[in-house]
Amino acid sequence: MLLELEQLHLAYGRTEVLKGLTLHLTRGQIGCLLGPSGCGKTTVLRAIAGFEPVDAGEVRIDNRVFSKAGRTVPPEARDIRIVFQDYALFPHLDARDNVAFGLREGRRRERRARAEEMLAAVGLAEAVRAQPHELSGGQQQRVALARALVARPRLILLDEPFSNLDVELRERLGIEVRAVLKEFGATALMVTHDQHEAFAVADEVGVMNQGTLQQWDRPYNLYHRPANRFVADFVGQGVLIPGHVSAPGKVNIELGRLEGRLITDVEPGTDVDVLLRPDDVIHDDDSEMTAEVRYKVFRGAEILYTLRLDSGNRVLALVPSHHDHRIGEQIGIRLDTEHIVAFPRATAEGAWCPTEPPA
Amino acid sequence: MGAPATVQLEGQSLTCAGEWRLPGVAALEARLEQLSLPRGRLEISGEALEGLDVAGARLLHRLVSRVEAAGGEVNLHLCEEHRRLLELAARVRRPERLHEPRESFLSEVGRVSWEHWWEFRGFLGFLGEVVAEFARRLLRPSTARPRRFLNELEQGGVRAVPIVAVLSFLVGLVIAYQLSTALDTYGATVFLPELLTTTMLRELGPLIVAILVAGRTASSYAAELGTMKINEEIDALRTLGISPFDMLILPKLLALIFALPLLTVLAGLSGMLGGALVNWAVHEQGVTAFLQRLPEGMSYRHFWLGLVKAPVFAAVIALIGCRQGLRVKRGAGGVGQATTRAVVQAIFAVIVINAVFSIIYNLQGL
Repeated sequence: MLLELEQLHLAYGRTEVLKGLTLHLTRGQIGCLLGPSGCGKTTVLRAIAGFEPVDAGEVRIDNRVFSKAGRTVPPEARDIRIVFQDYALFPHLDARDNVAFGLREGRRRERRARAEEMLAAVGLAEAVRAQPHELSGGQQQRVALARALVARPRLILLDEPFSNLDVELRERLGIEVRAVLKEFGATALMVTHDQHEAFAVADEVGVMNQGTLQQWDRPYNLYHRPANRFVADFVGQGVLIPGHVSAPGKVNIELGRLEGRLITDVEPGTDVDVLLRPDDVIHDDDSEMTAEVRYKVFRGAEILYTLRLDSGNRVLALVPSHHDHRIGEQIGIRLDTEHIVAFPRATAEGAWCPTEPPA
Repeated sequence: MGAPATVQLEGQSLTCAGEWRLPGVAALEARLEQLSLPRGRLEISGEALEGLDVAGARLLHRLVSRVEAAGGEVNLHLCEEHRRLLELAARVRRPERLHEPRESFLSEVGRVSWEHWWEFRGFLGFLGEVVAEFARRLLRPSTARPRRFLNELEQGGVRAVPIVAVLSFLVGLVIAYQLSTALDTYGATVFLPELLTTTMLRELGPLIVAILVAGRTASSYAAELGTMKINEEIDALRTLGISPFDMLILPKLLALIFALPLLTVLAGLSGMLGGALVNWAVHEQGVTAFLQRLPEGMSYRHFWLGLVKAPVFAAVIALIGCRQGLRVKRGAGGVGQATTRAVVQAIFAVIVINAVFSIIYNLQGL
């Protein structure tokens, strides 16, 4: 384990921001904290970096305690580098000197040479002498990454690194950043509110809400095996449909009986809400079961349909885009679920509003 | 767009249908107001609702509350989704008051005093931190950054020379005119040089310089550090292993402490020059005569008494500027506020400290 956060508690005045957060990251892994704004994810980064003292719990890196209640090793002594949201490049230095700033030892000439190598590694060999304001957002971001990587720190933290970039650029740059981090064998922790970024960059993703970690898992599992309602809601789209567990592995819902492995721990005989992802609902013209098209979003390769069942409940279906149906039309559907995600009804918290815009 | 929202009342049952959504809410609300609701139990059926949003749900919630307030009972028939929306709407609370009640004069005075007290305590805390850090640096002089120091000296000191020289010359000129008008009445214009020495060297010179520097430099320190703070450059420096104290605060502080006494000497000299000019133009006494009139012992004493204040002013101005800059939270608006606050506080502090010095000097009979 390279980074270990144990039961972190942190409050600003009376507002508790972190409430017992525990997280482990192995060497060479890229982790990501995903959560809505205000869930405390940036605070986690600042606590790891040493900017915020913790009220309880421990931050350990390489088995050394860096933060605990009443003791905080200052940021400059931690050998951690951060890629900041606004990159925080020094405006009066060119790209090379910005990167060379990341190196504290060695002669000026050697430092500059290493900075140039590093810039070449992130694909900016030509922009070595450019001032930060002459670079595009994506290029500045890469200079910041080079500055963070050049001294081969223990850990790299990335604070919403793509939030100032064009949407199209984000995923591409995410893949590039991942490649560079992997090439240097760096251990990194990123925070973001964008799940596509998280999935593009990270090996493992933790979903945070209200100061605690809800689930720490591979992206596939977050989507298909969410641990609770919050994760199910925050990651991906989908709806919850009321159902009843009739036997182990069998759940009755109005669309029929679902059979498969139950992911969550529910006893037979309980009322549950079953998670149906858009890719669980398959459009099939031969199916006897039909639903009315209420709304649709064209997404290029697919169309996302919002369908109304006879009971008034709604489900989402992702359908190849040549199946172009009109609003109001009845279309045949069937379910294709290899595992069932069901949450006991009693744990309902908050209102679940299916996605349908006003007509 | 679906069917318009309708309500139908038949005996003890009320049927809601159509789209209960924001666009039709006004008409619906008027319609609901007109309904004379029956006493006792009311069955509201909403199965025929084609759509419901929070606005519609609020209306429904208000209807339910109305019946219940009249002592009736409501039985709702809604689909699951709409029922949850209704629960959500029930939780929306009308803001009790749009405006905070007006604060009484006394409590406002109390609050503001309390805030100023905390501001003062915050400053003392910062002063303590800086002194502690500086003491630690004295043991390790290798952390000094002479280039930053020289750079700050140029920004805060050298570049202030023209404005300090011109303004104190003009102030000296004006004071000399006023003094000679008053002295003329008693035919005591020969005392002009002495009086001018006291005012310029001891009081006005240091004060003019301090106020000018507070306006120029405290604001620029606050703006510089504030911008670096919101760009996270200060955090970046720290993670790169560079202490912002060594790199930013200490050079600024030392440069100002070094520059301000020199500027004060300059202000004294050019103020005296202004006075000498008036003396020559109005009283036709040459500069030599003016200098001869300066009682040597006296003027040196005033000179030193004025000069002692300068480093104190400098430290306070630099610390206030840096502190306000470092306190900036997110947003460019914060930088503007910090700059203003830095200037106001610095000038305020300078004048208060000057008064304290005057009191001490007088008590000591200096």
